[in-house]
This record gives sequence, C-alpha cells and structure tokens, in this order.
Amino acid sequence: MRKYLLKRVFYMVLTLFLVATITFFLMKLMPGTPYSNQQKMTQQQIQIMNQQYGLNKPIWQQYVIYIFGMLHGDLGTSFQFSNQPVSYLISSRIGASAQLGAQAMIFGVFFGIIIGSIAAINRNTWIDTTSTVVSIIGKSVPNFVLAVLLQYYIALKLGWFPIADWGGFSYTVLPTIALGVGPLAETARFVRTGMVDVLNSDYIELARAKGLSKFGIVYHHALRNSLIPLVTLIGPYTVALMTGSMVIENIFSIPGIGEQFVKSILVNDYPTIMGVTMLFSAGLVAIILLTDIVYGIIDPRIRLSGSEG
Amino acid sequence: MTERILDVKNLRIDFHTYAGEVKAIRDVSFHLNKGETLAIVGESGSGKSVTTKSIMGLLANNAKVVSGSILYHDQDLLKKSEKEMQNIRGKDIAMIFQDPMTSLDPTMKIGQQIAEPLIKHKHLDKKKAWQQALEIMKLVGINDAEKRINNYPHQFSGGQRQRIVIAIALVCYPEVLIADEPTTALDVTIQAQILDLMKDLQSKIETSIIFITHDLGVVAGMADRVAVMYAGEIIEYGTVDEIFYNPQHPYTWGLLNSMPTLSSTKLEAIPGTPPDLLDPPKGDPFAARNPFAMKIDAEQKPPFFKVSETHYAATWLLHPNAPKVTPPDEIVRRWQLYRKMNNQTQVH
Repeated sequence: MRKYLLKRVFYMVLTLFLVATITFFLMKLMPGTPYSNQQKMTQQQIQIMNQQYGLNKPIWQQYVIYIFGMLHGDLGTSFQFSNQPVSYLISSRIGASAQLGAQAMIFGVFFGIIIGSIAAINRNTWIDTTSTVVSIIGKSVPNFVLAVLLQYYIALKLGWFPIADWGGFSYTVLPTIALGVGPLAETARFVRTGMVDVLNSDYIELARAKGLSKFGIVYHHALRNSLIPLVTLIGPYTVALMTGSMVIENIFSIPGIGEQFVKSILVNDYPTIMGVTMLFSAGLVAIILLTDIVYGIIDPRIRLSGSEG
Repeated sequence: MTERILDVKNLRIDFHTYAGEVKAIRDVSFHLNKGETLAIVGESGSGKSVTTKSIMGLLANNAKVVSGSILYHDQDLLKKSEKEMQNIRGKDIAMIFQDPMTSLDPTMKIGQQIAEPLIKHKHLDKKKAWQQALEIMKLVGINDAEKRINNYPHQFSGGQRQRIVIAIALVCYPEVLIADEPTTALDVTIQAQILDLMKDLQSKIETSIIFITHDLGVVAGMADRVAVMYAGEIIEYGTVDEIFYNPQHPYTWGLLNSMPTLSSTKLEAIPGTPPDLLDPPKGDPFAARNPFAMKIDAEQKPPFFKVSETHYAATWLLHPNAPKVTPPDEIVRRWQLYRKMNNQTQVH
C-alpha cells in the first residue's frame, strides 16, 4: 500500500509539472500583453515594467524562473494589484469558493441519492417520471437562471435569505442551492440507473428471500452497490465547484476565486492564471487519488494491493 | 398418512406482457410431505421457477396469481401480506438460488450475509448471530471458517459460494427449503459435492426440500418423489422409481429417452418446441410434439389417470379405450426392470 501511494504521488507531481509547463507556454501564446489596456504608458515605462517583472527575458528563462519559484512555494506577484502575491490573492479568496462548493456538493449529492433511490425503487411509476423530469430540468436550466429566480422569489419577495453578499451562513443558502442543483440532478440520474441495475440482481432477490424488509434491502444491500459508479463522478465535480464558479459568485457578489480567475485571463495576469490553474490541477489529481482509495473502501473487489485473495 | 407440510392447489399465474397475458402456470397442484424431497422437473420455461417463486412470495411485479391456494400449516400463503411473508421467508421457507457467482452481495462480508436472517428472525445481536453463522459455515464445510467469515464473496470459489448460499438458507433451520437448480452453474465434480452436502444437511436439519432441476440425473440421486412439468402444467407425478421405471406420459418418455445410457450410441432429443403460453393449446399441450398423439389430444385436455396410489399421469393413453402403443425401446427396458423390481419385493 505504501509503495502504491508513493508511486501515485510521484505521478501526481509529474502530472502537475506537465500541466504547469503546458499552461505556461499556452499562456505566452495568448495575444496581448499585461499592459494592453493601459494605452497611456510610454514605451519607456513599459520597458521598465517588463524589466521589473522579468518579462524582457527569453521565454525559456522566464519558464525556468517560474518553475524554480513554484518549487519554493513562490507563485509570483499579481500584475493586477500592486504588490499582491498570487498566493495571498488565492488564499484570501479560496475560502468562500471552497465553502460554497463543498456545501453545494453536500446538498446536491445528499438529495440526489435520495431522489435517485426513490425513483429506482418506484421505477416506471409516476414517481420515477417526476424525478426524471426534475433531473432533466435541474441539469438543463443554467444555474444563473435559477440563481436569479431564487434571488427574486426567495430573497426579494419572501425575504427569507439575503439577496447577495457574503456574511454568515444565511448568505450561503441561495448560492448553495443554485450551485448544487446541477450535481443534484446528475447524482439522481446516476443513482437511479445504478440502483435499477442492482435491484434486478440476484443478490437482491436472495436478500428478499431472507425476509428482509424493503428498506433493509435498499439500505444494507442496494445503496452501497449502486454508489460505486457515483464516486467517479463526485470527485472531479467537487474540485470544479470548490475552485470557484464565476457566474454564481458574480451574481451573489461573493468574494471567491472564480471571478478573479476569469478577470486575470482577460488582462493577461500571467502569475494569477498560473496560480489558479495549478491550484485546480493539484486539487484534481489529489481528488483522483482519493477517489481510487475510496473506491477500495466501498468495493472490496478492487481493494488495492496488500489485501488477500 | 404422512403429514403434508405444503399443499399447492389449482394454482394459476399469468404474466402481463406487452404481447398479452402469458399463462405461465395453468392449474398446478402438488404437495410436499414432511421430510421428503420433491423434485420438479421440466425444461426451461415450463414454469418450475415461477411455481416456487409464488411459494416464496417473490413473483415479479407483472405476475398475477389468478386463482389457487398455497397452504402452509393450513394458512394460505397467497393471502398473506408482504409484511407477513417477510416473517416467513428465510425463517420457515428458505431458498437456494441457481447462480452462486451472482447471488451474494459483493460488498458485504459473508459473515454478515449469513447472520442477517438470524438478526431479522431470531432477533439476535450481531455477536451471537456471527457465532451461529460461524457454526453453520462449519456445517456446510467451509474450511478455516473463523478466518473466512470476514472475507468477501469474490474471495471464494463457485462451489464454496454455493455452500455459503446454502448456509444462508439453512441458518434459521427452515421447515421447507426450495432449491432452484442449485447445481446448474457448477461443474460436475462440485455438483456431486453440493448434492451430497444437501442430503447430509437434510437429515441433520430435518427440512423438506423442493428441488427444481432440468437434470434427471440429479433427480435420481436426490428425490423421493418427482413431478414432471410441461408448458405450465404438471403432466405426471409419482415416486422416483415410478417416474424413472414406470413412466406413462409420452413427455416423460421423451425426457428419459434423451438421457444418455451406457448402451446408447446416439443421443435422442424431443423434436419441436413447447407451445406458446400466450395462447396455450386447448388439449394436451404436448400433443404437437408427441408421436403417439391421438385426435382427442388436440381437442380435450386429459385428466389425471391413476397408475398407483402415488402415481398419476395426465395422458389419454391411460384411458381404458386408448389403443396400446409401444414406447421407445429405452422405456420398454425400464418397464421390464420395474416389473422385475416389483416381483422381487413381492417375493420378499
């Protein structure tokens, strides 16, 4: 097991290195300079700035410097905000994004599992059809439409929750729902399909032959087996949500990282683009490893080396 | 008279399909005596499994019991609610399934899978239930049971898994055990071991067995009595000797004739296919494939004719006015053996 983990961590580092390299050169291929919207600068000023940020060096040298800095934990300084290190920019904003993403995932997956299970147990009845329709709507309505609807009806008309901004838990409720409906719909469809399969299997019939109650069968036998395919879905989805959703953060004025990322691409803020990309990649490779480990816990058949049989 | 533990009377079951109502079980009656093994024999689609699933209350959603009763201790199982059936299933009537590779939950330790019925029916706590699970594992011949109880199904071979499935079925010492082709998915040497185990356990646990199979070779070694099913009906039933050595229905002849014997040079088969149960024939369902069929076979369903106290067959050939026919050579040979056996018993 330890050998396996070491191997996996090595590959993770390799992956991150490749991502950093590819992103770095792709970024340099993007048109424009960090100054393109500051037309009042003189040539001299630009040269000074280039020198200050090391942008006058050949690209390969910039690359080596960046990688070297990254290895020392230095992600550079943002071009947009004077003297703000990228690491600070990220760390001050990731909290809100991560909290919102995690809440949305918990909300979505929890209700998704319940709705999917109920649909599977009552398959081909009106309950199943209703849940399918709800899932399709949840998946196809863009979350910003839902966000605006929630703001108008729940916040403005009913006044149950704040309409926007970032304060206590009550501020997170509406954006969590808006963000969580996507994973909810996806989870419900996944669980429904998985559980319909499982409920038709021989071991469920044997469980019935044991005299177990319907609930007991679903809870003890069907659920765990139908959640296995879901694990693959949840991991990357979580990372995507936790590293920030630009639209939702914008609508609800949440000081998250999603909005910042898009902005930094528009203004060629190279260090910030790199920093956020690396954060997302690191989260993704970490979650993939975690997914594989969780897989083994849920399904003993794919338990990693070290187990017997 | 021996005690009847299970009495199925005039059972009719339809399946609702898009094509129409499939009449899968058409007026089936049989009973199970205490302590005996009753084999239900028939080809695929003859209704063997449906019959037993109706006893367990495990029929598919599109199945409908049209009429009939299944008496267990004078209570009609067909009138019981799902909740009441849950208290009977696994405790009084248990079942062994066909494919051990798929009948165990892949993500649950087998100790828990065996213990589950005990926790449900005997209200034992987990520790006590696992203790009894361990005992039954030893009883069904799982080596190193103390260690294996913590294993998952994929860590066992097919034969071992079927032993575990048997352990699950027997852990509450049920009165009735339904074995639905328990050896079909196993290779032949393992088959023999499992059959031996079942016979051994039957005497230890004192259970009555309904044994469903299409393998006549298995029947000969296991059963006390045999019921032959065809197209949703029982067409002949009797003791195992009566069915094997004094068969009367042409379908039973066909089945026995298609078994390999030491002297056979080529394997016989019954020509044709069973009738479509969407629209079952009105006469003898076997008539279309029966070389001995008479005109009446196509028009009128034959009643059961009595051959002996325990042996009945539904064929017009047994009618007093029916012409004498000569069955296949293999059947004539069996009849002769049967007469010899009976003479010997009379001399003794």
